[in-house]
Amino acid sequence: MTDNSIIAPLIIHLLAALLQLAFWRKTVTQRYISVTAAFLGLVSAGVLFHKVYSGGILIMNAANWRAPFGIVFVADLFSSSLVLITAIASLAVSVFSAAGINRARMLYGYFPIFHFLVMGLNGAFLTGDIFNLYVWFEVIIISSFVLMTLGGRKAQLEGAVKYMALNILASMFFLTGIGVLYGITGSLNMADLALRIPKVQNQSLINLTSVFFLLGFGIKSAVFPLYFWLPSSYHTPPSAVAATFGGLLTKVGIYALFRVFTLLFTPDDNLKNLLVVIAIFTIVTGMLGALIKDNIRRLFSSLIVCHIGFMVGGLGLYSKMAMMGAVFYLFHDILVKTNMFLIAGLIRQLRGSMNMKLLGGIYGQYPKISLVIALVLFSLVGIPPLSGFWPKLYLIEAGFDAKKFVLVATILAGSFLTLYVIARMWSEVFWKDPSGDERIQDTFASLRLHKKTFLVLPVVLLCFCSVMIGLDAQFIIEVVDRITDEMINTAPYIKAVLG
Amino acid sequence: MRSTILQTASQYLLPILLLFSFFLLIRGHYSPGGGFVGGLVASIAFVLHSFANGVESTMRIIRYKPMSLIPIGLGLSTASMLLPLFFGKPVMTSLWVPEQLPVFGSVGTTLFFDVGVYLLVVGVVLTILFTISLFSE
Repeated sequence: MTDNSIIAPLIIHLLAALLQLAFWRKTVTQRYISVTAAFLGLVSAGVLFHKVYSGGILIMNAANWRAPFGIVFVADLFSSSLVLITAIASLAVSVFSAAGINRARMLYGYFPIFHFLVMGLNGAFLTGDIFNLYVWFEVIIISSFVLMTLGGRKAQLEGAVKYMALNILASMFFLTGIGVLYGITGSLNMADLALRIPKVQNQSLINLTSVFFLLGFGIKSAVFPLYFWLPSSYHTPPSAVAATFGGLLTKVGIYALFRVFTLLFTPDDNLKNLLVVIAIFTIVTGMLGALIKDNIRRLFSSLIVCHIGFMVGGLGLYSKMAMMGAVFYLFHDILVKTNMFLIAGLIRQLRGSMNMKLLGGIYGQYPKISLVIALVLFSLVGIPPLSGFWPKLYLIEAGFDAKKFVLVATILAGSFLTLYVIARMWSEVFWKDPSGDERIQDTFASLRLHKKTFLVLPVVLLCFCSVMIGLDAQFIIEVVDRITDEMINTAPYIKAVLG
Repeated sequence: MRSTILQTASQYLLPILLLFSFFLLIRGHYSPGGGFVGGLVASIAFVLHSFANGVESTMRIIRYKPMSLIPIGLGLSTASMLLPLFFGKPVMTSLWVPEQLPVFGSVGTTLFFDVGVYLLVVGVVLTILFTISLFSE
C-alpha cells in the first residue's frame, strides 16, 4: 500500500538539521530544536510503527517513479520497529547532549550533524533500493566522521583515522558487491533483485557476490576479524556521541546483514557455517577484550563486539527461532548499549574519570541513580525477567535444535563473562570506597537542576524502555515473530513493492 | 605570487565562467549539466579569482560568507522536495508550470531543486577552500 508519510521520521530530522544550520552559533536555540525534533521524530516513528503493525507493509515511490525503476521506500515491520527504537535512542541522546556536550562542540555544528546522522539511519532502515542503502550508509559515515573528530583532540583524531580507514574499506566492498550484482541482474531494487537472483544460471557467482556484502557489512558491524577499529575508536569522542555510535551504528550493519541475507541471498551451508564460526570468534575475542579493560568505555566497546556475535550467530543458524532471538536481541541491544555509554558519560560527570581504578563510592553518594544504573546492568547481563534474558533463551534453544553446541557454549560463556565483568565494574565503581585520588572531582553536584535532569532523564527513559521490553516480552515476541515470518516468506514484501 | 596576466584574465573570466555555470544549471534537466556541475564551475570561477587576487578580495566580491549559502541551498532543495506533498504526490515528484518560459524552458520544482544544489555546492566548496587557504597563509 502506498503511503507518502512513511518518510516523515527522515524529513523531520532533515528539517531540524536545516533549521539548526540557520541558527548557526546560537547553541541554546539549537538545543531546543534538537529536543523538539527528536520528540517529533519519536511521535512520527510511533505512528509509522502503528500503521505498519496494524495495516501491513507500506511503500512510497520517491519522485513518483514506480518500482523497480525509481527509488522506493519500504516500511515493513522490521524497518519500522527499528525506526521506532532509533527514535527512542536518539531522543535520549539528544536530551543528554543538551547538557553533556560542551559549547565549543556545539558551535562547530554538533547538533545539525547529529540530526543528519539520525536521518541517515532512518533512511537506511526505510529504503528498498540497494544502491540507495549505500548512499544512506555514506550519509551515516560522513556524519559520524565529523562527530568523531569534533573537538580535535589527538586521541580523537587517532581513533577517527582507524575508524575512517576501515569504514571506507567496508563501503568499497559494499559498492563492489552492488556493482557486480547490477552487472549480473540489471536491477538495484531489492524486491526486484529478490525475484531475479534465483533465476541467474551461475549461482556460484551469486554466492561470491554475497561475500562482498558479508565483508562490507561485517566490517561495519564489527565482527571478527574486522572488529579492531571499534574498541580503538569508540572511547575517544564525548559520551553522547559514543552512545549514538555504540547503540546504533554497528546495528545498522546487522540490519543490513539480515536484510540482504534473507531477502536477496539465501546462504548455503558453507556460508551459514562461516557465519556461525565468525559469531563464535566475535564473542570470544570481544569477551577477552572486555576482561582486561580498566576504562569503562573501553570495556563497553569490547562488550559491543562480544554481543554483535550473538546476533551474527542467530543469522548463521538461520532458523526461525534463531532469527527471532537475534532480532529481539537487536532491539534490546540498541537500547541498552546506548544507555551504557550515556551512563559512562554520567559517571564522568559524577567523578571526572572513567578509570575503574580511580572510581568508587557512587552507590553511597547517589543511591537512586545507582539503582537505575543497576537495572540497566541487570538487563544487559540478562537477568530474568529483564530484556537481555528472552533473546538469549531463543538463541540457545535454536542452537540446540541445530546441534551447534559450540555456539551454544560460547553464548553461555559470553553471558557469564558479561556477568563477571559487569559485576567487577559494579563493585569497583559503585561499591568500593571512594579512592580519594585528587583526580576525582564531582562536577555533577554543582550543576543546576535542569542540567542534572537532562543528564539523568535519558538514562531513566532508556532504562524504562529496557524494563518494559522485559516485562512485556509477549508483545515484543509477537512483533519479532511477525518480523521473522516476513524474513522467511518474502512474497508479501515483493508484492507490496512491485504491486 | 601575483601575476598581472592572471589578474587581468581573471577579471574577464569571472563573469564568463559564472554565466557558463548558470547555462549548465538551467540546461541540466534533460541534457548534461545541472546544479552540481554548475555549482562546481561557479566555485572554480571564484577560486581562480582568489588565486589571482588573494582570498580577501574574493571575499569582498562575494560579500556574504560562503557558509551562509549552505542552509539557503539546502533549504531551497528541501522545500522543492517537499512541495509535492501538499498536492498529494510523493516526495520529490516533479511539478511543472504548464507554460514554457523564454530562456528557462519548462519551469518546475526540479529547477528549484537544482538551484538549491547549485548554491549548496558553491557554499561547501568555497567554505572548504577558503578555510584551508586562510589557515595556510
